[in-house]
Amino acid sequence: MSINEIQDEIIDEFALFSDWMEKYEYIIDLGKNLPLIEEQYKDEDHLIKGCQSRVWLHAGLEGDKVVFTADSDAVITKGIIALLIRVLSNQPAEDVAQSDLYFIDKIGLKEHLSPTRSNGLVSMVKQMKMYGLALHAKN
Amino acid sequence: MPVTAEKGFDVEKLRSDFPLLQTAMNGKPIAFLDSAASSQKPSAVLEAMDTYYREKHANVHRGVYQLSQDATAAYEKARELVREFINAPSSHEVIFVRGCTEGINLVAATFGRRFLDADSEVLISAMEHHSNIVPWQMACEDKGAKLKVIPINDEGELLMDEFERLLTDKVKIVALTHVSNTLGTVNPIHEVVEKAHAKGIPVLVDGAQAIPHMQVDVQELDVDFYAFSGHKMFGPTGIGVLFGKEKWLNALPPYQGGGEMIETVTFEKTTYNELPHKFEAGTPDIAGAIGLGAAIEYIQSIGYENIHAYEMDLLHYATRQLQQVEGIRFIGTARDKASVISFLVEGFHPYDLGTILDKLGIAVRTGHHCTQPLMERFCIPGTVRASLAFYNNRTDIDRLVEGVKRAVAMLR
Ligand SMILES: Cc1ncc(COP(=O)(O)O)c(C=O)c1O
Repeated sequence: MSINEIQDEIIDEFALFSDWMEKYEYIIDLGKNLPLIEEQYKDEDHLIKGCQSRVWLHAGLEGDKVVFTADSDAVITKGIIALLIRVLSNQPAEDVAQSDLYFIDKIGLKEHLSPTRSNGLVSMVKQMKMYGLALHAKN
Repeated sequence: MPVTAEKGFDVEKLRSDFPLLQTAMNGKPIAFLDSAASSQKPSAVLEAMDTYYREKHANVHRGVYQLSQDATAAYEKARELVREFINAPSSHEVIFVRGCTEGINLVAATFGRRFLDADSEVLISAMEHHSNIVPWQMACEDKGAKLKVIPINDEGELLMDEFERLLTDKVKIVALTHVSNTLGTVNPIHEVVEKAHAKGIPVLVDGAQAIPHMQVDVQELDVDFYAFSGHKMFGPTGIGVLFGKEKWLNALPPYQGGGEMIETVTFEKTTYNELPHKFEAGTPDIAGAIGLGAAIEYIQSIGYENIHAYEMDLLHYATRQLQQVEGIRFIGTARDKASVISFLVEGFHPYDLGTILDKLGIAVRTGHHCTQPLMERFCIPGTVRASLAFYNNRTDIDRLVEGVKRAVAMLR
């Protein structure tokens, strides 16, 4: 599936939640199940510092696809990371670089991607796109 | 049992003075527990500023016309209110600044320029807000001076014997917070000042978190500088106060240059205006000063004794109630504490707790509270902080406790 197809799928899934509690319970679950980044990548080099929560991100290339793994010390941040990875991981580098992540707004989680939130997610998205750009150029 | 503060204190009536407390957040009535970051404003303050802008505004200290004279009088009346409020000997020792941060920067920059050298040291504490760390770091860097830090114990109290050990002849100034914004600790300013003065060393006190909770008498404390912000004491943003003893303010060079702060200007040489104008370059925050004056009158109409008694009661209630939460750990358990409660719940990140509390209409602060070195001292990523003002009630506390329990249940 393409990036936008996955985004639309997530938007449909979130439409089923009737209140914020269900939505957050789902995100918290996602956060708990996220395949963790390999321990070796959980270091200063892969750390994105937010002043609220910390995020680690690693990108690798499999064929022409970018594969992201990530982690955070906060579960809700991690749940949102899981969504971002579902959308952007295993996609062609060029598509990652050019992606427009509209789903976050549509599922009502925009506040988590606001720079003032300072949870590391804004920088993480920027970083993911930069990896896409760099890996695409390298190919 | 209902709160038994001094008679005449009616929290529900006071709450109705604050329009913002009647609003909702995420569809729920707001439980505002972040007054240490910035307090809400009573109508009296809003109205004073509104009236000023509608009916009395003109620039100050400039025009000969009536309106400007009146604006000047209102601005200077606010200064006199502040003087009386903190019992400064003279109103020219009251400098209007943008806030506590600017007050500290003013002293650090000018004191640094005049009195620091490569041999000197500046003494701060481990619980300082970044506002009382970074300006000193900058001043020290300029002159090659050293910044020394008074350590604290696990309760969050200053280690006074360490303080005495660090108080050497190299120390040129001690800069210390009155009340810690993260821990709530009330520092023994008297004792610190006495020990520093015994060696002829001046003391600057960061009063940002003290002023909203307690009567501050700068003469009784005998502090050399005392800085605070209007917006944390129910006044507007953009205005704050630096008190300085006349002898020190006269000894310091001006901070910023511009209008107001000069006596005569030629291209060859400028002579500076007298205190307080020497430190108030440019058009000041006139409306802010008037709002601050209104905030002072509002606080005085309630009385610090009532505020203190009520807040201590609420603090103890909140601490007791929060103790029901399994795995809770309080950060900052000093004997002498203001109404600030920082905590962690074992196994849960403060950000997650704060996010769910927000959804429940409960405004707390999470993170490092601009005290990163302090977080390192306790080896924690941050805390959840509930800071109480006299307008908080037991319902706010009950909602916080319920909210934390619910967040934990969701996150578990
Ligand atoms: C202890 C302390 N000092 C200084 C400040 C800075 O105050 P302002 O941002 O109003 O200048 C704060 C504000 O959070 C504080 O809590």
